[in-house]
Amino acid sequence: MKSNQPWSLRVGVGLLALFVLMAVAGPWFVGDPSATTDDISAAPSATHLLGTTNIGQDVLTQMVVGARGSLVVSTLAAVVAILLAIAVGVTGAVIGGISDEIMSLFTNAMLVIPTLPLVVVIAGYAKQSGAVVVAIVIAVTGWSWSARILRAQALSLRRRDFVLAARASGEGTLRIVLFEVLPHLVPLIAAQFLGAVLYAIMTQAGLAFLGIGSVTDWTWGTVLYWANNAQAFQLGQWWWYVPPGLCIALFGTSLVLLNGAIDRIADNRLTHRVARHRWARKDRGLTPTSDAVDQEVPV
Amino acid sequence: MFVIRRLGFYLATTWLALTINFIIPRLMPGDPVQQMFARTKQNANPANVEAMRAAFGVDTHSSILVQYWTYLGNVLHGQLGPSISYYPANVSTVIGAALPWTLVLVGSATVISFAIGTLLGIASAWRRGSWLDHLLPVTAFFSAMPYFWLGAVAIFIFSTKLGWFPLSGAYDPDIAAGPNLPFVMSALHYGALPAVTIVVSSVSGWLLGMRNVMLATIAEDYVLLAKAKGLSTRRVVFSYAARNALLPNLASFALSLGFVVGGAILTEVVFSYPGVGYVLFQAVTNQDYPLMQGLFLIITLIVLLANLVADVAYVVLDPRTRESRA
Repeated sequence: MKSNQPWSLRVGVGLLALFVLMAVAGPWFVGDPSATTDDISAAPSATHLLGTTNIGQDVLTQMVVGARGSLVVSTLAAVVAILLAIAVGVTGAVIGGISDEIMSLFTNAMLVIPTLPLVVVIAGYAKQSGAVVVAIVIAVTGWSWSARILRAQALSLRRRDFVLAARASGEGTLRIVLFEVLPHLVPLIAAQFLGAVLYAIMTQAGLAFLGIGSVTDWTWGTVLYWANNAQAFQLGQWWWYVPPGLCIALFGTSLVLLNGAIDRIADNRLTHRVARHRWARKDRGLTPTSDAVDQEVPV
Repeated sequence: MFVIRRLGFYLATTWLALTINFIIPRLMPGDPVQQMFARTKQNANPANVEAMRAAFGVDTHSSILVQYWTYLGNVLHGQLGPSISYYPANVSTVIGAALPWTLVLVGSATVISFAIGTLLGIASAWRRGSWLDHLLPVTAFFSAMPYFWLGAVAIFIFSTKLGWFPLSGAYDPDIAAGPNLPFVMSALHYGALPAVTIVVSSVSGWLLGMRNVMLATIAEDYVLLAKAKGLSTRRVVFSYAARNALLPNLASFALSLGFVVGGAILTEVVFSYPGVGYVLFQAVTNQDYPLMQGLFLIITLIVLLANLVADVAYVVLDPRTRESRA
């Protein structure tokens, strides 16, 4: 892993920058994604670099405009999800006691409930809902994993001297969470945020593919929905459905690669004692076994 | 003790899921049953409306608590109400017909994927630094791919171009469904491609998880001791390192199951596979709210059951959970 770390980081940042650029600036350079032409279901050519749909829309235009839609929805969903995760996970860990138990139980329960059918039910009722509603529904159902991870880390901070000192000097819970605990969680929150964006873009694509949310707001998922609707999969019109999936997968790959890099940085900072310990063990060969494995035993 | 605690947790989660299911339609303004019919633009014939009311426990004359109580009772008796799009069939009948397909397809694909991912994770951790490390960015790509999209690509290559597998469906319609060999072979033939796409898109998650834990376990002294004792590599890897590394991975298996199942049921849509995912798609298309809600409940219950099975496996693997904690 070490050996390809700079490589994966560079690829991750490069891909991500490319997609962000496409989402921010792209739509200014292309036309209306819903506009139709006379080229029906045309394979890629010089006029239509990625071919056209069954009603003659340009797939490349849809991809560029869809990038903005997909990125906006998933970023918004991730921001809300992380805020919820901090509110439940970190606050619970700092407060402790019975309220932490309840919040933790709630987090774990939300975690095992399969989110996709739940999102379908909620978003199904808010049918003609726009992108913002879909983003919020994704966030409301998708915060629990981050809350669990953040809580675990916050628990380990809670007994540290600086938190105890803050508490002893009469600081309020909100202040302790925001100014004492959170700054130490920044790398972890960043990693969780990227994970949440990935989760959101996949969920949004799945929802759009099922036809939930507005099917006329262009996202990569909507392109897949129309492709499926026109039986592009069965008819072998690969130029229509391969690009949106590939974009989602490549965008996701950039997040996973970045996440891995941040994880390692966070790992070094937060568990540097353990890391050094392991290093020492490698040198000398013998040390008492201890906290090497973070075993995650369920509740 | 451990299992009883977990059982309590799953009961609480089931209750939470039921309650969410009860609340959602009631958060919408107006009479949920009327809304349902209004949205589907169907004739709200009084008998239908009454049946729906009874099934959902929606009774505008009684208090919300009484409605809640009626609803819980109905669900416990398996009464999920009539489906709108399959009317007059009941939601439970519709789901009952679709469920076996999904259980076999998604269930077996998930177990196979977990097994392969775990074995690959063990191998890549044991041989870290070798060419296997180059697979890691590839796994990142696979883990970021929508399951259903991989299914579409697989259809293009293996069905449209090569013609090795059928385009859609779960079995050859010319063969009578039943427990006979031609039918089973046909079902295997039709199910192979969806199953492989689910395995390919979910395997990397298990691989990375197992690899990470395994790397930590390999550094443990008992593994060093096992090597020093001159035990065979196979024994050191599987009985000492992997057995311990499997525990956290099993826990995360249980936790990620909901996500995997969500992705996998979308695969059914692409393949027009007659499982719950396909029915869910139909329900969304036809705005069949009772069916959507019934599906949410059933899928949740099954994921919880699978979690329980994973917990039992945990107890078998980890003796510490068997000790009564004083």
